Amino acid sequence: MISSSAARVGDRFRRHSGLVVLALALGLLGTMYAAFAPVSQADEQKTTASAEDVREGQQLFEGGCITCHGRNAQGVQDRGPSLIGVGAASVEFQVGTGRMPMARNEAQAVRKPALYDDKQTRQLAAYVESIGGGPQLPSGELRSTDKDVIAEGGRLFRLNCSSCHAFGMGGGALSSGKFAPSLQPSTDRDLYAAMLTGPQNMPVFGDNQLTRDEKKAIISYVQAQKGDQDPGGAGIGRTGPVPEGLVVFLVGIVGLLIATLWIAGKS
Amino acid sequence: MKRPTIDPGKSAAWTDDRLAVASPVRRLMNKVFPDHWSFLLGEIALYSFVVLLLSGVFLTLFFDPSMQEVVYQGPYTPLYGIPMSRAFESSLEISFEVRGGLIMRQIHHWAALLFMASILVHMFRVFFTGAFRRPRELNWLIGMTLLILGILEGFAGYSLPDDALSGTGLRIMHAIVLSIPVIGTWTAFALFGGEFPGTDIVPRLYIVHVLLVPGLLLALIGAHMGLLVKQKHTQFPGPGRTEDNVVGHRMVPGFAAKAGGFFMIVFAMIAFLGGVFQINPIWLFGPYEAAVVSAGSQPDWYVGFLDGSTRLMPPWEITAFGHTVPALFWPTVVLPGILFTVAMLYPWLEQRYTGDRAHHNLLQRPRDVPDRTALGAMAVGFYVVLFISGGNDIIAEKFDISLNAMTWIGRVGLLVVPPLAYYVAHRLCLGLQQNDRETLVHGVETGIIRRLPNGAFVEVHQPLGPVDDHGHGELGYAGWAVPKKMNRLGALGSSVKGFFVPIEQPTEAPVSPAPSRELTGARGDD
Repeated sequence: MISSSAARVGDRFRRHSGLVVLALALGLLGTMYAAFAPVSQADEQKTTASAEDVREGQQLFEGGCITCHGRNAQGVQDRGPSLIGVGAASVEFQVGTGRMPMARNEAQAVRKPALYDDKQTRQLAAYVESIGGGPQLPSGELRSTDKDVIAEGGRLFRLNCSSCHAFGMGGGALSSGKFAPSLQPSTDRDLYAAMLTGPQNMPVFGDNQLTRDEKKAIISYVQAQKGDQDPGGAGIGRTGPVPEGLVVFLVGIVGLLIATLWIAGKS
Repeated sequence: MKRPTIDPGKSAAWTDDRLAVASPVRRLMNKVFPDHWSFLLGEIALYSFVVLLLSGVFLTLFFDPSMQEVVYQGPYTPLYGIPMSRAFESSLEISFEVRGGLIMRQIHHWAALLFMASILVHMFRVFFTGAFRRPRELNWLIGMTLLILGILEGFAGYSLPDDALSGTGLRIMHAIVLSIPVIGTWTAFALFGGEFPGTDIVPRLYIVHVLLVPGLLLALIGAHMGLLVKQKHTQFPGPGRTEDNVVGHRMVPGFAAKAGGFFMIVFAMIAFLGGVFQINPIWLFGPYEAAVVSAGSQPDWYVGFLDGSTRLMPPWEITAFGHTVPALFWPTVVLPGILFTVAMLYPWLEQRYTGDRAHHNLLQRPRDVPDRTALGAMAVGFYVVLFISGGNDIIAEKFDISLNAMTWIGRVGLLVVPPLAYYVAHRLCLGLQQNDRETLVHGVETGIIRRLPNGAFVEVHQPLGPVDDHGHGELGYAGWAVPKKMNRLGALGSSVKGFFVPIEQPTEAPVSPAPSRELTGARGDD
């Protein structure tokens, strides 16, 4: 008897325990989701842009950008993409580095002296931000001088960036006239914005692919390497074996050919 | 107190009694080297090899070909705390910690590039002047073998530091071996001791690089030069030069002094390159990881033509009898196989084509054998298109050309440039011959214009020798340089004495043939 009543109790417990476990599991899953869910845009810092900035930005947009990006930045077929949702970071990168406005439609926009000053760029960014939101750059220092951070940044750079921008950061060719530009003129904010928004032909490195700290580490490495003097002499572009082959023929062989003429002439 | 004296004659006799070297040494010391700049090109390769041996010995003292994983703790902070192989760590130690290590590494690398470049230029000289003809076919074979061994040796050295660049190169080599039908997979497993990359390949390449191939190179260079001494030098045809003699300087003292000086110049050039131009900054490439492939990862220049052929090859994959032949197989195994085989057999191919199986000690000027020169130009054109295509991404990036356009330029160029080069070289040879023959018949232009009684103007020509009734020169075409200017005939002294122009005879005081007053028609003072 005892055994049978105990079994009954056990049965009831087992019946209810299924529900409890399910509830607990769901709760845990929810909590874990909240903890590990993609947060790429969840906690972007919202900068305050005044209505005045947005209005000024809209005026600038309608003066300089509307031809290609269209009314309300909705884009024009075969001319320019929609800017809804690209965010302030993208505007800061494209306009701040002079890539936008483009000189002409071609494979890729190139860096050139900026047409708009910082204030105008901010106003344009405020306008674009106002029509669809999107990623924004964090404020504050983006670079570290800690050697562990720089080393980690170097590892990440070689893994994620060097396949296009090359080991020496001089850039490289992509298909059909597109290219990965040199990182020499890039500022900290340029680099961060490029990783965050994936301009032109660059992939987006959202906060899931590279966390904020990892992005900052990469920036630290890139900027530290720029200051690095080539210990072996002239860097010849830090481009690898191609310029080395050029040097051995243009300097080595040509120089020694002159020497052979000189020696054979002295007879 | 009497000072000890050394009698040179006595010590020489002592040596000869024991070693019996007097006659071979005398023969060697009296060996005559002809005097032409193009004979010095092979010496660049020889001297670079000496520098390679010396700098290589230095590097072996500090390099450790171990694949054991370590964590970098050295002075180069951007790699601090990064896991890497011991081989890469010791390469970094050579670069940053060993005293003089970096410049020795750079000298070694530049000497390797120069070694290969001078072999190529030397080969051009031998080919275009017909120096490979009987009896020197075997030396041509040895030279080609040296070229192939040099490529192998260079590739092994390139792979040793275990940085991202050398790992990428090894990965491509692994893919090339895999692409060979039927035996590829087994061969790759045997070479790498299992799956790529494994831990065996770097120690194996180390032995190949420091012992096996250098030994072969040394032995073959010895054979190459031994044959050269035995068969004696070739020489260009010219006054007093026949098939049975060699005109030039004896080994001692003339040639030895020159060669010693030239060794110093080659050494200086390599040291200059090593000290001034940074080569292969392994610290920027970082340690090899399978996922790291940098843009601009190229082989050193002497493998570049194979990289180019790979880039130009369309992605044609063939499946037959259950085996797949990847597109990579054709440009990296079949193409170099054909190229090197044809090049090695060329002396015999030419003998078959021309029927000329005679003994030759006199060289031919490239213009005098238009067919060979044109074939050579064709081969060079083919090679140059492949070579340029090997760096087509860098060219595309630096000159704002689409990479796809560069690929198509290379593909079309590979078919168009060689025949074009053949045609242009052939016409140039015939034109140059024609120009020589014209000078032999009509003489050298003097620059003096004479007005004939009937009012016509003619230029006075200086015949080079006796003339016939029509005023045409009677000298035959000899395949040797024909003077084309009056000052080459001694009318004027050469302006830069002895730098580029050999002084064969002391020039006399300049005597310019001043035209008389009647000829120029100048009027007296009025």
